[in-house]
Amino acid sequence: MKFLVCISNVPDTTTKITFTPDNKEFNKAGVQFVINPWDEYALTRAIELKEAQGAGTVTVLNVGEADTEPNIRKALAIGADDAIRVNAHPKDAFFVAKQIAAIAKEGGYDVILMGKESIDYNGFQVHGMVGELLGIPTVAPAMKLDMSGNTATLEREIEGGKEIVEVNAPFVASCQQPMCEPRIPNMRGIMTARTKPLKVVEPTTDAARTEVDTFALPPAKQGVKLIAAENAGELIKLLRNEAKVI
Amino acid sequence: MSVLVVVECDGGEVKKSSLEVASYGSQVAQMLGTTATAIAVGEATEANLALLGEQGISKVLYDAEPRLKDFVNGAYTKLIAAAAQNEDAKVIVLANSNIGAAVGSRLSIRLEASIATNVVELPKTDGGKFVVKRGAFSGKAFADVELAGDRKIIAVKKNSIEALHEAGKTAPVESFSAQLTDADFADAPKEVIMQDQAGGVLLPEADLVVSGGRGMKGPENWNLIEDLAKALGAATACSKPVSDVDWRPHHEHVGQTGITVSPNLYIACGISGAIQHLAGVNSSKVIVVINKDPEAPFFKAADYGIVGDVFDVLPKLTEAVKQLN
Repeated sequence: MKFLVCISNVPDTTTKITFTPDNKEFNKAGVQFVINPWDEYALTRAIELKEAQGAGTVTVLNVGEADTEPNIRKALAIGADDAIRVNAHPKDAFFVAKQIAAIAKEGGYDVILMGKESIDYNGFQVHGMVGELLGIPTVAPAMKLDMSGNTATLEREIEGGKEIVEVNAPFVASCQQPMCEPRIPNMRGIMTARTKPLKVVEPTTDAARTEVDTFALPPAKQGVKLIAAENAGELIKLLRNEAKVI
Repeated sequence: MSVLVVVECDGGEVKKSSLEVASYGSQVAQMLGTTATAIAVGEATEANLALLGEQGISKVLYDAEPRLKDFVNGAYTKLIAAAAQNEDAKVIVLANSNIGAAVGSRLSIRLEASIATNVVELPKTDGGKFVVKRGAFSGKAFADVELAGDRKIIAVKKNSIEALHEAGKTAPVESFSAQLTDADFADAPKEVIMQDQAGGVLLPEADLVVSGGRGMKGPENWNLIEDLAKALGAATACSKPVSDVDWRPHHEHVGQTGITVSPNLYIACGISGAIQHLAGVNSSKVIVVINKDPEAPFFKAADYGIVGDVFDVLPKLTEAVKQLN
C-alpha cells in the first residue's frame, strides 16, 4: 500500500509569536521550526501500518521553500522511504491542497494522511479540500486508524463523542492523538535519511483564494487580582458581582 | 442571493454554537441587504427550528432523512451544497466545530468558494473588500484575512459572537431534499459512541470550565474538580501532562495540541501555565488561576488568582458557590 503523508513546517510550540514591522508576515528570526505536531501522528501511524503490512511505501510531502528540508530529512529519519517537496511558499489552504491533490493523483497513493491542522495557521481545511479535489472520502479528525486489506476502520471525533467509520482506500484522514505514540529518529534512521530520495518539484498552479491583510497579537491582560487563600469564598462573589460570569 | 447558515442540532435541540452561527449569518445578511436561510443537520424538532427566527433567520430548511441524524461528511456536504445552490447563497456560515470544518473545507472546493475558519468577528466590507478576523498561531495571534471571489464560507469560533434573541419571532420550517443516494453515505458511522455525560457539561460547548493540572497530584483527587464543576454547572478539563499519563481522557486535554476553548470562565487548578496550555485557553473571557507557586506563569495571563493549595482552596470555592445558590 502506498502512503502519502503531508507535513508542514511550523514554529516550535514554545515560540513567542511576533510579526514583521508591517504586521504582514510571521517573524521567523531566531525561531526553531519543527514538524507540525499533529502531522507526527500521521507519519508514525503510516510507518506502523506499512510495517504491519510488510510491504508498501511511505512518502512524505511538504509544500514549502528550501528551508523546510531539515524537517523533511527528519521525517525520513523517523522512517519514511522518500520525500517530495513542492518548491513554493504555502500561500493558503487552497493552494496547498491543490499541490497535494496533483501529487496524489500522479503518484496513485492509496492512503493520504496529515495532521488535523497546522499549529500556525490552524485552518483545519486541507484534508477536506484534498478529498474533495480527488473525489474520495476524508475522515477528519481521526483518533484511530486500522487497516485490513483495502478497508480502513477509523474513529472520528465529534463534539461529545466519536463515530466508528469504515472506508475503502483511497481516502484521506487527518490525524490526532491518541492514534499512536509519535516516533523520534534514532541514529541509524538519521544516517540512512541522508541518502533517501528527496525530489523537488515546482507548483502546478499558483491559485489562492485568501490573503492575510494583517496579523495582530491579542490585547494584554490588565493584571491579576489576587485573593487571599483564607478568603477563597470572596472569589466567587467577585465572579458573580464584578466579572458577572456566574 | 442570500446568506446560508448551517445549524447543528443534537437530541432535538439547536446547539448553542449554532445559535451564534445563525446570529452571525443574519447580521451578515443585513450588511449585504438580503436575508438568511438556515439548513439544519442532526436530530431536530420543527418547534425548535422555528425558534431560529429569534436569531434573525427568515427560513429554515430541514431534511428529515433518518440517516442524517449522525454526522456523515459526504451526505452533509451534498445536502448543504444543494441548499446553497437553491438559495443562491453568496455567504455560507458554519460553526468552527469538527463537523463545520470537515464540511466547510469540502464545500469550498465544490462551490468554488473562499473559506476562513476560526473566525471571531463580523466581516468588514470597506472598499469592496471582504475581510474577516480569525484566530491563528493556536490562539497566540489574530489575522485579518481577505476572502476573494463571489462566494465565501465562514466558520465561526464558539463564544466569540453574542447570540441574538428577538423573543417570540419564528421562522417557517420547510422540508428540503438533496436526493441523497447510498453513495453519499459511504462514510456513515457503523457506531456512535457518546461520552458519559451523566450530570456533566460538554467541554466544547461549555460556558464555564474547571480544569486541573499536575498540581492535583493524581486522578483520585479529581472529585475536588468535579465538585466545583458540578456546583457551577461547568465542564471539566485538564492539561496535557494529565491526559498524557491517563489521569483524564484525551478529549479533556486543553491546549495547543488538544482542544481550544473560549468559555466565559476558565478556572485553572494546579496548572503552571506553559505557553502551549495558554494557547488553548487565552480567548476565555475570564481566567482564574489557583496555584501554590506565586511564580507560576499562568498568573500573568489571569484575571483573578489565589496563591494557595488547591486541596485547601477548592472545597472552599465549592462551598461558596453552594451558598450563593
